[in-house]
Amino acid sequence: MSRAPERLCSLPSQTVGPFFHLGLTANAALSCLASPEAKGDRIRLRFRLFDGDGLPVPDGIIELWQADASGKYNHPADTQEREPDPAFCGFGRLATGTDGACTFDTIHPGRLPDGQGGCQASHIGVSVFARGLLGRLCTRVYFDSDPALAEDPVLMLVPNDRRRTLLAQPDPASPGCWEFDIHLQGERETVFFDI
Amino acid sequence: MKIYPRPEPGDQPSLLYPPYAATVRRAPAMPPIPAPHTLSELTGPLYGHPPIGDTDNDLTRQRAGEPLGERIVVAGRVLDEDGRPIPRTLVELWQANAAGRYFHERDNHAAPLDPNFTGAGRTVTGEDGSYRFVTIKPGAYPWRNHDNAWRPAHIHFSLFGPCFITRLVTQMYFPNDPLMPFDPISQSIRDERARQRLVSRFDLDLTQPEWALGYRFDIVLRGREATPFEGRP
Repeated sequence: MSRAPERLCSLPSQTVGPFFHLGLTANAALSCLASPEAKGDRIRLRFRLFDGDGLPVPDGIIELWQADASGKYNHPADTQEREPDPAFCGFGRLATGTDGACTFDTIHPGRLPDGQGGCQASHIGVSVFARGLLGRLCTRVYFDSDPALAEDPVLMLVPNDRRRTLLAQPDPASPGCWEFDIHLQGERETVFFDI
Repeated sequence: MKIYPRPEPGDQPSLLYPPYAATVRRAPAMPPIPAPHTLSELTGPLYGHPPIGDTDNDLTRQRAGEPLGERIVVAGRVLDEDGRPIPRTLVELWQANAAGRYFHERDNHAAPLDPNFTGAGRTVTGEDGSYRFVTIKPGAYPWRNHDNAWRPAHIHFSLFGPCFITRLVTQMYFPNDPLMPFDPISQSIRDERARQRLVSRFDLDLTQPEWALGYRFDIVLRGREATPFEGRP
């Protein structure tokens, strides 16, 4: 497939470096995606980011993008015939702490169409940035034990033995709390997507 | 289905680039899994940011006094790969001060902080995709990546564009910076032409007499598949 001759090229990415807090993560409000009146089941989602040595990454950014409880995105390209929940923002962004962790308060996202006549399982889109990452990494959070997982066409692209890296695990001590570990390298390397 | 074509190999840095030491234990070892563009990728955060304040795009007016250094205007347009403007999209930036020091607790470079310069700004593009910042030309600074390592002067840029796919965080460099050939972060982009796309150009038309030098930096984000019969809007 060749480019039309006048087509421009998108810019290369570069690392966020160690000092991104200044420009990107000063607004702590982006830890909460849902106002108190948002519809749906409230969840708390804790991320931990690890490098290839299993050490926490204390200078990373986690960004979330997700649909509301009904599976609707607040975006004009989502033409499903219903309004997005005005009490739900869909976007979250936090820096990781010295322990490599950050925690978001949101709602359990609804299922939505896969564009092929089926449905995707509930999931949250994730972008990872960090010092030492020359480009953004994209992954998805799914929820362990969700009966819809086997119907999800994106998850089914992932080799069976690596799917587990995309499943948030419930915290048995705290109902509504989920944990999602991101391993940049190593035996438990998280699946990242080329989108 | 890929509705937004992938960038050509060589147009993006390789994630593992050992001259940039931090990539060695942070770049994933496994190739990413190609995924289709579903509603989750074709949508993205458009409205998730708080309102933009008056001085958010003028980094020289955010504190009580004027910052030290060479005042500059950085402006350009945000475009897709067909050259169409991307209106109403958030542009965020951050940078070191004129002495090469970030207003950040983890920056311990022995250069002075400037109480009148924080070094963060943001704006939203106009209907024609244009954006404009007033700031101070950042200084080069040392880092510990290798012996006598210095980063060329640069400004970090962050953009969302129309959907999840178009997200971009990059760095803008300045023309003829002698440090660039020694900088593994910019050299991680192997293709010379691709690397040059991150270099702003001096623009006399943007330059304001008796006030500030102008640098133009157009930002191209990934665009949808070109359709040969579609006219330009």
